[in-house]
Amino acid sequence: MALFLFRRIGTMILTALCLTFIVFWLTNLAPNLEKLAKNQGNVRMTDEQVDSFLQDRGYSQPLPIKYAQWLGVAPGWVIEGRDGTVRSRCNGVLENGVAPDYARSFCGVLQGDWGYSTVFQDGVGSIIATRLGLTGKLMFWVMVVMVPGALIIGVMAGMREGSRTDRTLSTVSIITTATPEYVSGVVFIAVFASTAFGLRWFNGSATSAMEDATFENFTLPVMTIALYGMGYIARMTRASMAEVMTAQYIRTARLKGVSFSNIVLKHALRNALIAPFTVIMLQFPWLLNGVVIVETLFNYKGFGWTLVQAAGNNDIELLLGVSVVSVFVVLITQLISDIGYVYLNPRISVS
Amino acid sequence: MKDSYDGPILEIDALSISFFTRLREIPAVMDFSVKVMPGEAVGLVGESGCGKSTVALGVMQDLGKNGRIVGGSITFKGRDLGAMNQDELRKIRGSEIAMIYQEPMASLNPAMKIGRQLMEVPMIHRGSSEKEAYARALQVVTDVKLPDPKRILDAYPHQLSGGQQQRIVIAMALMAEPSLLILDEPTTALDVTVEAAVVELVKELGKKYGTSMLFISHNLGLVLETCDRICVMYSGEAVERGSITDVFDEMQHPYTQALFRSIPLPGADKNARPLRAIPGNFPLPHERPNGCNFGPRCDYFEAGRCDAQDIKMFDVPGNERHATRCLRFQEIDWQAPMEAGDTTQKSEPGRVILKMDNLKKYYEVAANALLGKRGDTKVVKANETLSFEARESETLAIVGESGCGKSTFAKVLMGLETATDGQILLDNRNIESTPIEKRDTQTIADVQMVFQNPFDTLNPSMTVGRQIIRALEVFGIGNSDAARRERMLQLLDLVKLPREFGDRMPRQLSGGQKQRVGIARAFAGNARIVVADEPVSALDVSVQAAVTDLLMEIQREQKTTLLFISHDLSIVRYLSDRVMVMYLGHVVELGTTDQVFSPPYHPYTEALLSAVPIADTRVTKKHIVLEGDIPSAMNPPPGCPFQTRCGWKSKVPGNLCEIEVPPMRQFGDGHQVKCHLSDADFDSMEPVIQIAAE
Repeated sequence: MALFLFRRIGTMILTALCLTFIVFWLTNLAPNLEKLAKNQGNVRMTDEQVDSFLQDRGYSQPLPIKYAQWLGVAPGWVIEGRDGTVRSRCNGVLENGVAPDYARSFCGVLQGDWGYSTVFQDGVGSIIATRLGLTGKLMFWVMVVMVPGALIIGVMAGMREGSRTDRTLSTVSIITTATPEYVSGVVFIAVFASTAFGLRWFNGSATSAMEDATFENFTLPVMTIALYGMGYIARMTRASMAEVMTAQYIRTARLKGVSFSNIVLKHALRNALIAPFTVIMLQFPWLLNGVVIVETLFNYKGFGWTLVQAAGNNDIELLLGVSVVSVFVVLITQLISDIGYVYLNPRISVS
Repeated sequence: MKDSYDGPILEIDALSISFFTRLREIPAVMDFSVKVMPGEAVGLVGESGCGKSTVALGVMQDLGKNGRIVGGSITFKGRDLGAMNQDELRKIRGSEIAMIYQEPMASLNPAMKIGRQLMEVPMIHRGSSEKEAYARALQVVTDVKLPDPKRILDAYPHQLSGGQQQRIVIAMALMAEPSLLILDEPTTALDVTVEAAVVELVKELGKKYGTSMLFISHNLGLVLETCDRICVMYSGEAVERGSITDVFDEMQHPYTQALFRSIPLPGADKNARPLRAIPGNFPLPHERPNGCNFGPRCDYFEAGRCDAQDIKMFDVPGNERHATRCLRFQEIDWQAPMEAGDTTQKSEPGRVILKMDNLKKYYEVAANALLGKRGDTKVVKANETLSFEARESETLAIVGESGCGKSTFAKVLMGLETATDGQILLDNRNIESTPIEKRDTQTIADVQMVFQNPFDTLNPSMTVGRQIIRALEVFGIGNSDAARRERMLQLLDLVKLPREFGDRMPRQLSGGQKQRVGIARAFAGNARIVVADEPVSALDVSVQAAVTDLLMEIQREQKTTLLFISHDLSIVRYLSDRVMVMYLGHVVELGTTDQVFSPPYHPYTEALLSAVPIADTRVTKKHIVLEGDIPSAMNPPPGCPFQTRCGWKSKVPGNLCEIEVPPMRQFGDGHQVKCHLSDADFDSMEPVIQIAAE
């Protein structure tokens, strides 16, 4: 088991390196940098000015070196600009024009220095920490609603394939899966939060939920995400349950006199959950992307909202930070999913 | 749970079961009656699709959503099962009627420990506490002779071998000491020696607990060994019913007779007394003929009479509870000898085509994936020092149970794997280390294979003709599409399929027809060596005979060398010239068919012969039951591979069997046995199969 984990983590790190390098390369493409320079300096800069701006701030170094510096495996740059100011990656503008030794130290993601966000005027690390916390809260409630709901619907539908319960529940889950969040979110706001139907049960904005989540301000965003995933997981569970219920060992159980409820609970359930478990774990990374829409829609300033802001404002360091976190969320859930699979399915062992 | 009921345990009266589809009602069982008395074992025999399993599920009242009992009644100990509600049925299932299934692996819950699955039964039906249930489970597992019962109870099904799983299924059925046990092809998925042990166990436990049995099988020999009475089914109907001796020796229905004539019994011989296949095909349930269902395939058919009305069961006068569904049973001369089929001359083996010399095939497997590459690897010795020769137009049978290395050998010969050591000489050319991609077309066309399962080996989305033409293209035969098409039609003629089958899809063909296509494909490039890997074991007995004879006929015409891999000794005895017996990668015995089937034997051959059920009441067999399972090839026993299960081991002085692999002993005329036994011991061996004088 230890070695299995060790190897999986090794592959994970390698994947993370590759993915972040691709994002780093894309955000550091020349037109992007030019836009950055004009954004931060002067919109009317000449090409030469742009060049020297970028050169002075270390952007003109070769890509692998820049990546290594960002990662923190190469010492940060210290450049004396054409205007005479000495700038360093780790310590910003150096007053006396002489670079002290500490200015050439390592300062990258590995050292915990995630850079500085130009949009929020704050360190990327602290922005991501608070935003991720907020999204974590949202995701927690989504999971609490979605997973048990989906499993119950799936099992109920799958245990008697073709029955009326099955058909009703299947229709419901197809409808919820077929409705994307930007549709269901808008419909929910119109129905439950506007004067159009006069219901006004919930708040249309979840901004206040960031400090104090209540039933009123948090229900709509949670339901919008949960319903979509619920239909999907329920379909998977139903299919898996229906298949298990036709298996021979279920017939064995039936013909040894086990009651129907015990067949479902003791014999079918564990076998039926093996397949949906992977799907549920796959929902975590997917939630990260689902929250982009929902957080923007409900103005809930979490991780997804931050991503939109960073991308919209060409905030390179924040964008990189967000993608690193996303990559790790995806990879870690995959690892958990594989380990959990082993525990559910006695036929598979990690060795 | 034992009560003092002494009437028939199970009485099925004029039972009819139908399945309902959107299109039509499909009658699966019609007018079926059978009676099982206390302590009696009744065999239900028939080919696949005849409705025997439907009867079993009908007794269990578990026909699924589409199945329904449309007529007749099933009474169990005087109570009508059809009139019971779900709760009452649940009380009977598992406690009074228990069932043993065909595929043990599929019938055990993969995610539940064996112990739990067993303990459930007394906990449901007797309200036992967990402790009592565990004690009972431990006792029953000991009863079914499984080693280390405590460990087994704590294991998951996939950790046991097939034979052990089937014992667990039997144990589960016996947990509540039922009055009736339904066995649905309980040994079909098992090896013969394991089958013999399981059958032995079922008989013994049946006696011990006084259980009545309904034994469903397609194997007449097995029914002869286990049952008191037999009921033969054909196309949804019982056609003959009676005691074992009545039905086996004084059969009164043409189908029963045809069935016996199509199975290779001792005395059948491919040249002098060939088998007789039943002509025609099994009718589909919705295309049954009028009158007698067997009519169109029957030798005694009389138009205007047999197809005029529904036929009832008639009691056979003079015999006790013997009935037949034949109008003409009193007119037919049942003693008349079988019309002699076309007898043929034994073909003389020609020159040596294939020679194996000390062939070895080892696989390396990582013993422990956790340790990765630096971990030590284990070697699976799939084939050890295989040496033999095969001649032109000779049939060499390779016999052994699963895991004996016969399929590995076929793979190496075909070039799907390369040999570890030794050589394979095809026409004196070494081919042992040439993988199939590197072999030239001629070599590939020369060595072809007929596979075990015709259902999986044909591409379902290509017409039959196209698949054969494809083989012709690969072998470079014919220079135009028209020529290849012509050749394809000739091949269809060769395997006796109508020419229009060339345009059919595989799903439109029956199992036997698919296997014929497989044979046509193998012979497409005029193959000189054909490896037939259990070519008929997936087919019904009446079809088996036809396919076997077809193979023999093509062989005779084309002078093909046939390597016939099988575990079925009856068919091997019928068609092979020489036999090679394998066990755990070793050749333990090699010789002509007569030499191998008569003493002296290798102890394993002896056990194999004794394990094969023979459907002939005149045959008496020496009773040898092997203990335990075949050891894993990953961890073979030291010394002689067979020493862990050998009944003769004590005759060898010292522990020679455990130390040294025995030498190949020559008995003259090419008969070789790999054994440490002394000549005196070999001389003292008696024949396993004896046919009583008529």
